[in-house]
Amino acid sequence: MSTDALWYLGRGSGVVSLLLLTIVVALGIATRSGRAVFGLPRFAVTAVHRSTSLLAVAFLIVHIGTLLFDPYAELDLVNLLIPFTSTYRPFWVGLGALGLDLLLALVITSLLRHRIGPRVWRAVHWAAYLAWPIALAHGLGSGTDGGQLWLRIVAGVCCAAVATAIGWRLSDRFGSPVPDRIPVEVGR
Amino acid sequence: MTGVLDPKRQLLGGGPLLSSAFPDLATHQRRLGPVPWQGGPARLIGAVETSGLTGRGGAAFPTWRKLATVILGDRPVVVANAAEGEPASAKDRTLLLHGPHLVLDGLQLAAEAVGAATAYLYVAAGPAADSARRAIAERAERAGWDRLPVTVVVAPDTFIAGEESAVVAAIEGRPARPKDRTVLVSERGVRGRPTLVQNVETLAQLALLARHGPAWFRQRGTHTEPGTFLATVAGSVAAPGVYEVPHGIPFGSLVGRAGGPVGTPSAVLVGGYHGRWLPFAAELPISAPGAGVVAVLSTADCGLVETARIAGYLAGQSARQCGPCLNGLPRLAETLRRLAHGDGRPELVARVHRLTALTDGRGACRHPDGTVRMVRSALHVFAEEVDRHLAGRCGAVPCGAVPCGAAREGIR
Amino acid sequence: MSARLHVDRTRCAGRGACTELLPEILDRDPWGYPLAVDGAREPEVPAELEKHARRAVSNCPVLALRLHSNGG
Repeated sequence: MSTDALWYLGRGSGVVSLLLLTIVVALGIATRSGRAVFGLPRFAVTAVHRSTSLLAVAFLIVHIGTLLFDPYAELDLVNLLIPFTSTYRPFWVGLGALGLDLLLALVITSLLRHRIGPRVWRAVHWAAYLAWPIALAHGLGSGTDGGQLWLRIVAGVCCAAVATAIGWRLSDRFGSPVPDRIPVEVGR
Repeated sequence: MTGVLDPKRQLLGGGPLLSSAFPDLATHQRRLGPVPWQGGPARLIGAVETSGLTGRGGAAFPTWRKLATVILGDRPVVVANAAEGEPASAKDRTLLLHGPHLVLDGLQLAAEAVGAATAYLYVAAGPAADSARRAIAERAERAGWDRLPVTVVVAPDTFIAGEESAVVAAIEGRPARPKDRTVLVSERGVRGRPTLVQNVETLAQLALLARHGPAWFRQRGTHTEPGTFLATVAGSVAAPGVYEVPHGIPFGSLVGRAGGPVGTPSAVLVGGYHGRWLPFAAELPISAPGAGVVAVLSTADCGLVETARIAGYLAGQSARQCGPCLNGLPRLAETLRRLAHGDGRPELVARVHRLTALTDGRGACRHPDGTVRMVRSALHVFAEEVDRHLAGRCGAVPCGAVPCGAAREGIR
Repeated sequence: MSARLHVDRTRCAGRGACTELLPEILDRDPWGYPLAVDGAREPEVPAELEKHARRAVSNCPVLALRLHSNGG
């Protein structure tokens, strides 16, 4: 494979990961609501949230793998895992490493959920709200496409999706809409 | 801790337990002698089994079986439970106030029987806790009296604070709320160790049983429910208080012990807020008194008002952990309140039945189950009263009409 | 070999995933919480539904479900 191909693959897989992570965040919030959304039953919302996150990880592996072999970026395993150690755009690449660390923590704790218990899992899972903007900033700042209109549109769509989901999360209508089906309402 | 019982008014004496209750160690020793050590673990368990002693905290679980489970584990923990969250009950406090050494002897003997390494007394703050602390200090000064030091843990003033897993939580320093249990506390309790949680009356009975033997214990009570129990008699009686009576005593005799009825008794609530309503029958022997509460309702009181009030209290005492309890009990209480206070819609009864079905057995602890039991027995015993209320009337004598604002709330 | 489904009611938030995955065993109560169809505290899971029960256990968002094999 040529270096150019690697470079394109690295960028492409990065953008796809970002899109997938956006879906993961939106669906994660939907899961929390306990509502059936997008015509999906509740368990399916959870299932899609989980499989999409694993798919995002798969694309991240491609993204990282290609960049590891990219002669221009000159990244090694240390740069990938320890933030702000790369020589190439240390800040923006460092954000990527930070995002990767957070994501690994999220995925590993989720896979070990039944072992570590819901309290630890939930505490770690809050990191998702940190990981996603970091991933976004990394995508805009470290890539060569940061100034490109198409990437800005992609980023805008992602932001809009997550902002909508968070807005819904904070609204009164977020909770489960289960009606109290008991006859004779309880007066207030 | 609320309760209408003034400790000074409580009559003591009569039964073997209360006549062996002395607040100071000197008298206790003079009258009862030292702790009757059995010479090692397990030795007491056979006698407890023969005696038929059951737990006096409400569940009436055979004491020997708990002992036999706990002894199998590594370095067990024993807990004397005097949380007594039941508002209608006063017997545990009374016992600790007047006979703390009997309870503490029982705790030491239970600890010996299971080979325990740690002992606690779990008690709500108040005169009973002070009495227990004084007694523990007295015993600590007497070298060789106790074999295990006893740590006092203060129980919060909530109804469910005395539930076994809530007791374990409180001792571990967490909020005293019941936990989801798939393993028994007697197998894994305080800090993962097998834990014996025994009501303080059970321990006091154990202390006497160890001194006098199972045959002596069985002299009182019935064949299936041997021994005496501490009854908290409340409601429409002349002298409410704590009385020691044999199992199987007729309701009429117990009411007689408590100074006789005030007005005409119509119903009794047996076992406390998680207990069951029975129509009053003087000749009926008392069986399965739970934690020993016998609350008497007179014809001047409205059973529905009383039931609604108790249900409201119990709904407020939910630990708010389990959905069906959290959602079901307040709705149940509200429905009963409407029924009692004159919302004459007949579907209210159906709604009560539906809500009890939706709540029963659906919590981590037995709080919903106990509430449902009490409510179901009320609908049964007060069936005529329900019909009357639906027709806009009330059977209580001074009241006679709904809403029952005038009806006294006889049981508190 | 059959199994029993245990619901940790202190954890259950009534999200309803289990009632969708195990309609044969669990109904939804008026507030969204699982209600055993057979009324049992720990409903029986017949062998042919065990796979679905396992899915319900792993899909519960708050880890409130457990499957006990009978006698174990």
